[in-house]
Amino acid sequence: MMRFTTLIKNPADWMTGEGADNAIVLTSRIRLARNLRGESFPGWAKKEERRHALEVMRPAVEGLSVMKDAFSQELDDLTSVQKQVLVERHLISREHAARGEGSAAVIERRQSIALMLNEEDHLRMQAIRPGMSLRGAFESLSAIDDELENALELAFDHELGYLTTCPTNLGTGLRASAMLHLPALVLSDQIGQVLQAVNKIGLAVRGLYGEGTESLGNLFQISNQSTLGESEETILRRLERVISQVATHERNARDKLLEDDPAMVSDKIGRAYGVLRHAWIIDSKEALTHLSLLRLGGDLGFLPQDTVKTCDALLMDIQPAHLQLHSGRKMTPEERDSIRAEIVRGRLQSLEAPDIRSTRKKDESDPDPEIL
Amino acid sequence: MDCDICGKHAKVHLTQLVGGQIKKITLCDDCAKEKGVTDPTGFALAEMLLGKTPGKVVPAAPAVAGSGRKCPTCGFTLEDLRRIRRFGCADCYNTFRDDVNQMLRGMHKGPKHCGKVPAGMMELHERTQRLEELRGKLDQAITSENYEEAAGLRDEIRQIEIRAAAAKQTTDDSLP
Repeated sequence: MMRFTTLIKNPADWMTGEGADNAIVLTSRIRLARNLRGESFPGWAKKEERRHALEVMRPAVEGLSVMKDAFSQELDDLTSVQKQVLVERHLISREHAARGEGSAAVIERRQSIALMLNEEDHLRMQAIRPGMSLRGAFESLSAIDDELENALELAFDHELGYLTTCPTNLGTGLRASAMLHLPALVLSDQIGQVLQAVNKIGLAVRGLYGEGTESLGNLFQISNQSTLGESEETILRRLERVISQVATHERNARDKLLEDDPAMVSDKIGRAYGVLRHAWIIDSKEALTHLSLLRLGGDLGFLPQDTVKTCDALLMDIQPAHLQLHSGRKMTPEERDSIRAEIVRGRLQSLEAPDIRSTRKKDESDPDPEIL
Repeated sequence: MDCDICGKHAKVHLTQLVGGQIKKITLCDDCAKEKGVTDPTGFALAEMLLGKTPGKVVPAAPAVAGSGRKCPTCGFTLEDLRRIRRFGCADCYNTFRDDVNQMLRGMHKGPKHCGKVPAGMMELHERTQRLEELRGKLDQAITSENYEEAAGLRDEIRQIEIRAAAAKQTTDDSLP
């Protein structure tokens, strides 16, 4: 089995991979909730019952074909920083990290598939992919689900579907979500309207790290709310349609911003570049805000296209637990702000200043009629 | 204003957003205490369980807090559900099925699963669904006094049940 340091040494496949419409949709994620028949749910189970459920599940999960040479660890055996790194990589949930004895994580070596054992449900399995690929993620996870069904007796009801600890997950147990980068909709003040419309059709919109967290870096997560009464196919189709519409709105808003106010866009991207290249102290929030604008600059052609990838890797690497893992010790928030700035400066060292030709070109091709 | 339950002078006025709609409930001191309206969030869940709507308050169902009904598998009660908002085990759904059905109203797109089924349960699932569909049609045929169709449907239901019983017997016999 793989060690923690080996697992985390490389960025996850979905952090570096190229996906469809990667400029706006960062990642697609599918989660399935499953439970064992005849065993108390983890939150209600006594310690020995939790251990028993884990003993039943763990060999089946470790035996999955996709989990060859995977990382498999009880959470009690990890330090709090290690657990937090897994949370920051979206490989386990905050709730799972907080669980006591009898909880474990089994993570595929490329970090695209992660299974939480004894989280809120006995099994929470997740597939994550770069770009817009909900269907691909679902298919890979569903195959794993089929494989597990042969090895475990899962709780299923002919009316209510897969039985889950919380009734909000009944039925398919499916939570499908995509992480979207929507800076232009935020800059043009259209974001509220768009998110309200998404919410109205029964989809949830959340900030970067799931439920109850604020949106940072113009990143928004859109997911289905209802899990019972419609098929996986219907849920995915609706989500795909809505995400594609939101991405189109964002694309249009980017075009319009460039057309209406290129100086403002150049200024924002230029300032973000300036701060990130030259700051010596930077907190998480400020870093995320500027990285979002730099990412936008990469997509709009102000900066090289691979700036998008550099920013995505930084989004992960500048988070508190990643910073502490990087430096090998616990740090105060002030120390983290310095190290964060150092890492950002280092990564952006060879990045040349934004090319604002697009602004100049517009000025040249569209001269002020007053002057003529 | 009068209490929605007993009609006495009401002192407790609750306004909550349920499924996007504003719902108001007025209660007297005694009824408020009896319903445990000390924790508004806990009360919202009780309200869902009872399927109560303003002006149409139903008396406390026997299943609610204090009745002592327990899940035989894990010992979970509806009191526990009010407290932790999660179930104790998969069998709780059977134990509290009526309450669950009321609770699910408005929570999901529909009341019935129409997604993936574990491969090993597919046959049973399809049979259960077919029987349910036929029983629905049978009820309709009887209501509309279409006895010929009803007889046909009843025969079909019997056939399926006999085949299912035979299959079960074979499985049981093959068990050690």
